Amino acid sequence: MVDNGVLDVAYPVVGGDFGQAGEGASKLKRVLQQIGLAPSMVRRIAVASYEAELNIVIHAFSGMLKAKITASKVEVWAEDQGPGIPNVELAMTEGYSTAPDHIRALGFGAGLGLPNIRRNADAMEITTALGTGTTVYMAFSNVVRKEQ
Amino acid sequence: MTMNLKQIVESLGLRVLVGGDLLDRMVSGGYVSDMLSDVLANGTVDCLWITRQSHQNVIAVASLLGLAGVILVNCPEPAPALVEKAKEEGVALLMYEGTTFELVGTMYEEGLRGCKRA
Ligand SMILES: Nc1ncnc2c1ncn2[C@@H]1O[C@H](COP(=O)(O)OP(=O)(O)OP(=O)(O)O)[C@@H](O)[C@H]1O
Ligand SMILES: [Mg+2]
Repeated sequence: MVDNGVLDVAYPVVGGDFGQAGEGASKLKRVLQQIGLAPSMVRRIAVASYEAELNIVIHAFSGMLKAKITASKVEVWAEDQGPGIPNVELAMTEGYSTAPDHIRALGFGAGLGLPNIRRNADAMEITTALGTGTTVYMAFSNVVRKEQ
Repeated sequence: MTMNLKQIVESLGLRVLVGGDLLDRMVSGGYVSDMLSDVLANGTVDCLWITRQSHQNVIAVASLLGLAGVILVNCPEPAPALVEKAKEEGVALLMYEGTTFELVGTMYEEGLRGCKRA
């Protein structure tokens, strides 16, 4: 919905559904392209959103990928109902993963997703409650538009 | 050294599963990995991704990053769903019958280098 130059989008994410995995991030990418953000900016947001979406698919039960786009920044929330993260600092460590073997066989579980989000986003915050769920917040400031 | 997909397809005898119409695309370099987050961290625009992963998420990653294409090596014949997804997303999907070592060695000899993230 567009209101006062603010665009809000939300896409559902289903845990365990690898066929649909990444659809939210790819839809968000298309929206950002249509708005005319610079390709490098679109890529950063899409990669970070994909990682957060896939974490819901792999590690949680269900959730939403939400984004709020304004002239000056893009904010993304990946909210899930899931087990929560017991030790956020450990989860943020490169190479740390609790993904089971059958997930690793698909090429997930390198333990690089959260570090990738940190590298691509200008700000990142994880809110989590054990047995309830997790929200990963990402902000991308200094929105750059394509040269007209 | 810049090359397009067509030159790589021809010199390596790659099978083109998807993207006969995308072969003019310039290739900036190559990256080998079977871990998707590794590619999301290190893959760059117009880079060719060499992997034995052959499920739909590979196409999603290639499309998100704007890769030049994916070369499947040492994996089973890809499922129709993968081919469909690659068509939808406009991602060139290629297949090599030999080993990754031979593939990458030949590409390097031809002048292609590893992609570097900015
Ligand atoms: N939404 C989530 N709910 C519960 N646990 C999570 C969630 N996201 C991440 N985690 C935990 O944090 C760990 C690290 O996450 P990260 O994304 O960095 O790696 P990964 O998902 O295991 O592997 P990769 O992202 O490289 O495929 C996960 O293995 C999991 O234990
Ligand atoms: Mg992850």
